[in-house]
Amino acid sequence: MTETPAVPHYSNQYLLRILDDTKVIAMVGASPNWNRPSYFAMKYLQEKGYRVIPVNPRAAGGEILGEKVYGSITEVPGPIHMVDIFRNSDAAGPITDEAIAVAKEKDIRVIWMQLGVINHAAAARAEAAGLTVVMDRCPKIEFGRLHRELSWGGFNSGVITAKRQRLRSP
Amino acid sequence: MSNDGNSNDGNTDPRAAFGFETRMIHAGAQPEPVTGARQTPIYQNTSYVFHDVDHAASLFNLQTFGFIYSRLTNPTVAVLEERLASLEGGRGATCCASGHAAQILTFFAFMEPGDGFIASNRLYGGSITQFGKTFKKFDWHVTFVDVDDPDAVRAAITPKCKAIFVESLANPGGVVSDLESLAAIAKEAGILLIVDNTMATPYLCQPFNWGADLVVHSTTKFLSGNGTSVGGGVVDSGTFDWAQNDKFKGLTAPEPAYHGLSFYETFGDMAFTTHAHAVGLRDLGPTMAPMNAFQTLLGIETLSLRMERHCANAAQVARYLEAHPAVAWVSCAALESSPYHELARKYLPRGAGSVFTFGLKGGFDAGIKMVESCNLFSHLANIGDSRSLILHPASTTHRQLTEEQQIAAGAGPDVIRLSVGLETVDDLIADLDQALAALD
Repeated sequence: MTETPAVPHYSNQYLLRILDDTKVIAMVGASPNWNRPSYFAMKYLQEKGYRVIPVNPRAAGGEILGEKVYGSITEVPGPIHMVDIFRNSDAAGPITDEAIAVAKEKDIRVIWMQLGVINHAAAARAEAAGLTVVMDRCPKIEFGRLHRELSWGGFNSGVITAKRQRLRSP
Repeated sequence: MSNDGNSNDGNTDPRAAFGFETRMIHAGAQPEPVTGARQTPIYQNTSYVFHDVDHAASLFNLQTFGFIYSRLTNPTVAVLEERLASLEGGRGATCCASGHAAQILTFFAFMEPGDGFIASNRLYGGSITQFGKTFKKFDWHVTFVDVDDPDAVRAAITPKCKAIFVESLANPGGVVSDLESLAAIAKEAGILLIVDNTMATPYLCQPFNWGADLVVHSTTKFLSGNGTSVGGGVVDSGTFDWAQNDKFKGLTAPEPAYHGLSFYETFGDMAFTTHAHAVGLRDLGPTMAPMNAFQTLLGIETLSLRMERHCANAAQVARYLEAHPAVAWVSCAALESSPYHELARKYLPRGAGSVFTFGLKGGFDAGIKMVESCNLFSHLANIGDSRSLILHPASTTHRQLTEEQQIAAGAGPDVIRLSVGLETVDDLIADLDQALAALD
């Protein structure tokens, strides 16, 4: 096991704002295999109303969960609000740099690195370019945690409130 | 997608953002969103409607959160699970039919036939029987060790050994485990430290703060508090590295029943709790009843208040007994005379619990007479009730053990166990006083 420096604490409000403002996610490292973690996350986020565009050079041209797979972020047509990195910490560096390079053109606002993916240098470059960063978290787990669904499985959500959650009309 | 009630922002650790008493009332229990019901509803319900076939597939594949069938998860039980996880400072919890069921669920997650583990030789007698006799039928092998001796614990670790199991505060006898030193031994060997925190409750002891990996509970006792509901639970710290060696394939290897997914790779720090529901409860089946979860939640709402009074009453009763001429000894970590007093101050700073033992100079016969002479203390086999309870372990809970095991477990022939309740303490002392007087 390699030593990793501490990841900053992200407040619930910070994460909720990201999850509320995002509509389109480019998932880098999305796998076409149904029992891979990225597939689980992609399917869940689609069910919650996000458009998730898979990016994976090894699966480019194919399709995952009804979405065409692209070889790189740059090749994805149209806007991307969040780049979700399902690769190792080292690979997160060049992926972040590519996202910074096309951020304005593609409306990229957030670099989100998955659980276990931590790259402080890349995070600093992204923040200097005006992007919002999350490291070492999963958007599926955070969405579920902040919207009570994680609690259904017996997990400690850390959310305590006496407010009644508003249900959206169908 | 808005949830406007996240007032714990700005704290460094969201799991510990609120105080213990706030969490014992609120954790896991938000107002029910459809009706606004404030108290947790009892979902006396077996199964849950799928939106469509795709939703059902996602649920069965564990790709989304949701309910399928109450053998695995139930909304009322889930509130108790989150509350227990929050109070212990863990990642998640799995509740089940009893404390014994919690122990089977826990070991089932990572034990293979032929594997072993170490357990304290002073455990609750029911655990000694379960581990020593019933677990053998699964080809799981326990080695009972005096866990006060770190060298003996280290010497008992074999390549097949997966865990060290202790009680934070042992039932019946005022014994406190040195959790920090046991955690260091377990960590060095790459195995789990599992702590039964039933007698202490998370209000008195926080095993995860001392390096424990899993905590098990009989929720039947102080958590529910009123002697109404049998139940149990296992809480995962979420910090154990299941992939550090090849001992924990149950969580790291591809799971055939879920088409080859690895729980640790897929669910990370949620792997144990997900596995305990999706495999453990699914296949072993010891589900907690929703009504029992509800009763236990009611109990937990007043846990801190009850534990303070339990501890105060018990310490006063123990001091009374220590001064009584018919009493040979008192084993209660609240007493300065206890060899575990220093450990109790370290690990149980708010009080040393309310269950302890004492010995009668008159031995076995005096023990039986004493139990039968009490009027206010109930003669029964339970602990952690609001009522005071008395038991002669050698003739009841520990009778399946050999006399040698009874003595090792602090339940020899002369031993009386008390679980001191919440009554007026003068009345409790008066009841013991007349029962002791009847021995002459």
